Amino acid sequence: MTTTLLRIATAGSVDDGKSTLVGRLLHDAKAILADSLDDIARTSAERGFGGETPALDLALVTDGLRAEREQGITIDVAYRYFSTQNRSFILADCPGHVQYTRNTVTGASTADAAIVLVDARHGVLEQTRRHLGVLALLRVPQLVVAVNKMDLVGWDEQRFSDIETDILQIAAGLGITQSAVIPVSALNGDNIVDASSLSDWYAGPTLLGLLESLEPGSGQGAGRLDVQYVIRPQGALAAGLDAEEYRDFRGYAGTLVDGRLSVGDSVAILSNGQPASSRIKAIRTPAGMVETALAGAAVVVQLSEEIDIARGDTIIAGELDAAVREIEANICVLAPAKLTAGQQLLIKHGTKVAKAKIQSLDHVINVADFSRSAATELNLNDLARVTVRSSAALAVSEYQDSRTAGSFLLIDPSSGQTLAAGIIEAQNAAA
Amino acid sequence: MTITANAPTQARRSVLDALEAESIHIIREVLAEFENPGLLFSGGKDSVVVLHLLAKAVFPARVPIPVVHIDTGHNFGEVLKFRDQVVARYGLNLVVGSVQDYIDRGELTELADGTRNRLQTRVLLDTIEANRFDVVFGGARRDEDKARAKERILSLRDEFGVWDPRNQRPEIWSLYNGRHAPGGHVRAFPISNWTERDIWAYIEQEQIELPPIYFAHKRQVFERDGMWRAVTSVSQPAKGEIVSIRQVRYRTVGDASCTGAVLSAADTVPKVLDELALATLTERGATRADDRISAAGMEDRKTEGYF
Ligand SMILES: Nc1nc2c(ncn2[C@@H]2O[C@H](COP(=O)(O)OP(=O)(O)O)[C@@H](O)[C@H]2O)c(=O)[nH]1
Ligand SMILES: [Mg+2]
Repeated sequence: MTTTLLRIATAGSVDDGKSTLVGRLLHDAKAILADSLDDIARTSAERGFGGETPALDLALVTDGLRAEREQGITIDVAYRYFSTQNRSFILADCPGHVQYTRNTVTGASTADAAIVLVDARHGVLEQTRRHLGVLALLRVPQLVVAVNKMDLVGWDEQRFSDIETDILQIAAGLGITQSAVIPVSALNGDNIVDASSLSDWYAGPTLLGLLESLEPGSGQGAGRLDVQYVIRPQGALAAGLDAEEYRDFRGYAGTLVDGRLSVGDSVAILSNGQPASSRIKAIRTPAGMVETALAGAAVVVQLSEEIDIARGDTIIAGELDAAVREIEANICVLAPAKLTAGQQLLIKHGTKVAKAKIQSLDHVINVADFSRSAATELNLNDLARVTVRSSAALAVSEYQDSRTAGSFLLIDPSSGQTLAAGIIEAQNAAA
Repeated sequence: MTITANAPTQARRSVLDALEAESIHIIREVLAEFENPGLLFSGGKDSVVVLHLLAKAVFPARVPIPVVHIDTGHNFGEVLKFRDQVVARYGLNLVVGSVQDYIDRGELTELADGTRNRLQTRVLLDTIEANRFDVVFGGARRDEDKARAKERILSLRDEFGVWDPRNQRPEIWSLYNGRHAPGGHVRAFPISNWTERDIWAYIEQEQIELPPIYFAHKRQVFERDGMWRAVTSVSQPAKGEIVSIRQVRYRTVGDASCTGAVLSAADTVPKVLDELALATLTERGATRADDRISAAGMEDRKTEGYF
């Protein structure tokens, strides 16, 4: 499905101006209505923002929790919305603190693009590198670097280009190639929505101009449906439908995560670990029956054969690559819990939940420089390469090929907590 | 023909498709992974849209879960009538939690200002417990309020119904994890990412029916706190507040004791969309007295277990 809905997350170190930038973007795009603005003005005044020259603290647009306002920090992701003529944006303003990295992972995991902020006075900091590392790992497709607080370095072109060189080099080292760098002042609104007169040496687009030109990611690859829910109405048909017509209706509901599916396609099915095959008989989308559905669509498919298919099974256009039980993955630990090799866990992959364990803990990744070291246990916010073994065969892809088929959660079976997010780097064809 | 700012463009349509698909995905995950879901249904536009999406998510089967209404006893008659029509049309099971009953039994005390929004929390939590719901769908949207802007799509509540905004479960990709501690429950918000404008554009696209008070009509009103309040048995003008007949509509339908109307001539969905494009106030700011109590009004109510 091609969409003009673009999801954007912020990243960067604490106090580099992420929340102020999001507030500024919304403010200058006229997306903040009068009563919200009043609230911001009142709170800014109460806190004496701007000192001698009272001003609007636009970080308050997203820092909406009491604790955030009291401490002047961002604790959890805030989602804000605005649209321009042809595009709707979902902005996820993420926290900068290391301790809230899991919230940043939450915000960035679905992003089509990330805005990374750098304070022009400080340049690239350890936390900037960490976030770049997280964005690279999550393969956020496009990166926009905003070198912020240019007002505090007198709009020094040299300062800007030094930081630009530095960050592009780091990004390239992490395999990030789609990036642009913009000099801005979030506080004053330079180069955010309107081009600044203070940076005549900068010929590139404004931040909004750039965001409007980005293309949202689209699911490529083979058509794939993870079955969420089997619809068999039998006696419980929706009101007004013809009982005869739907007598033996059996549909597999799910989201088409990649590629496309068409009526008549032959499909491979991984059902309870066993391969099967069939043909697509009919496809329904929310808008009605269709011949072809594209990635992103919520569909119900009917097959020409009666096959035992349940939630957690996968329907794939064409051939099924070998289903696997062992995967090599980078994981990001998201809970304050210890993770060790051998520990009993649950894996959630697509719509499948199965028992699993960490077969081996291969190495911990130091995000600051991506160096590796050995470890025997993992803790909150650690990034590590592990081998995971699942009790059930899974139809996986590598994350670089599919954000959905290549990702999973590790869940604590007793507390139910989400312990880690996993990114599949390789699959081991072994049984 | 007049061309409006909100003429359904291709771009608009594709945004609605994406939002609709995301919502249906969430709804199906919740229906599949929980034992006993319910749908919070007030008859308001957001809950009507969630019900519409729910029906689409399971089509051609019937909506398989009950709808739950926490009735403050101060609802607009038109909305209650509409609620009952919808329940009948979809063949739903309706569970009502009645604030009035609690007050009559002496289990809740009327607040000094006569508003009942805050009183709903207790009734909501009891109703969830009594019906053993492990999850309830709600129609909250992140663009409504700054505390809502922070909330996850699957939002955990402990055994006291408390939301802990500083310790939310990470929610990665579209892999939702609704496991929760015994005694607790989950609130599921499938239209988290919709804006007020998306909702109205979808209502137009899908030709969804709404209670009549959403459209311009003549009503006896008086002005209070910059809002137009209807004259009803539960909201009476104080001394000095002048009653007049105005053409108004509601942007939200909540408790009549604290929901205000806006002056409007918009009597159709396209006209509402045109009006929204020019609106200078947010939906809650324009219509909810309860959100004006303090800057953190919604956060405080939510941490207590409110919707
Ligand atoms: N001078 C100046 N200050 C800024 C600018 N952007 C943000 N700030 C200030 O930097 C501080 C941190 O901003 P905030 O948006 O909360 O940073 P975050 O932690 O990255 O979200 C606040 O005091 C802001 O007012 C800027 O462009 N220029
Ligand atoms: Mg911030």
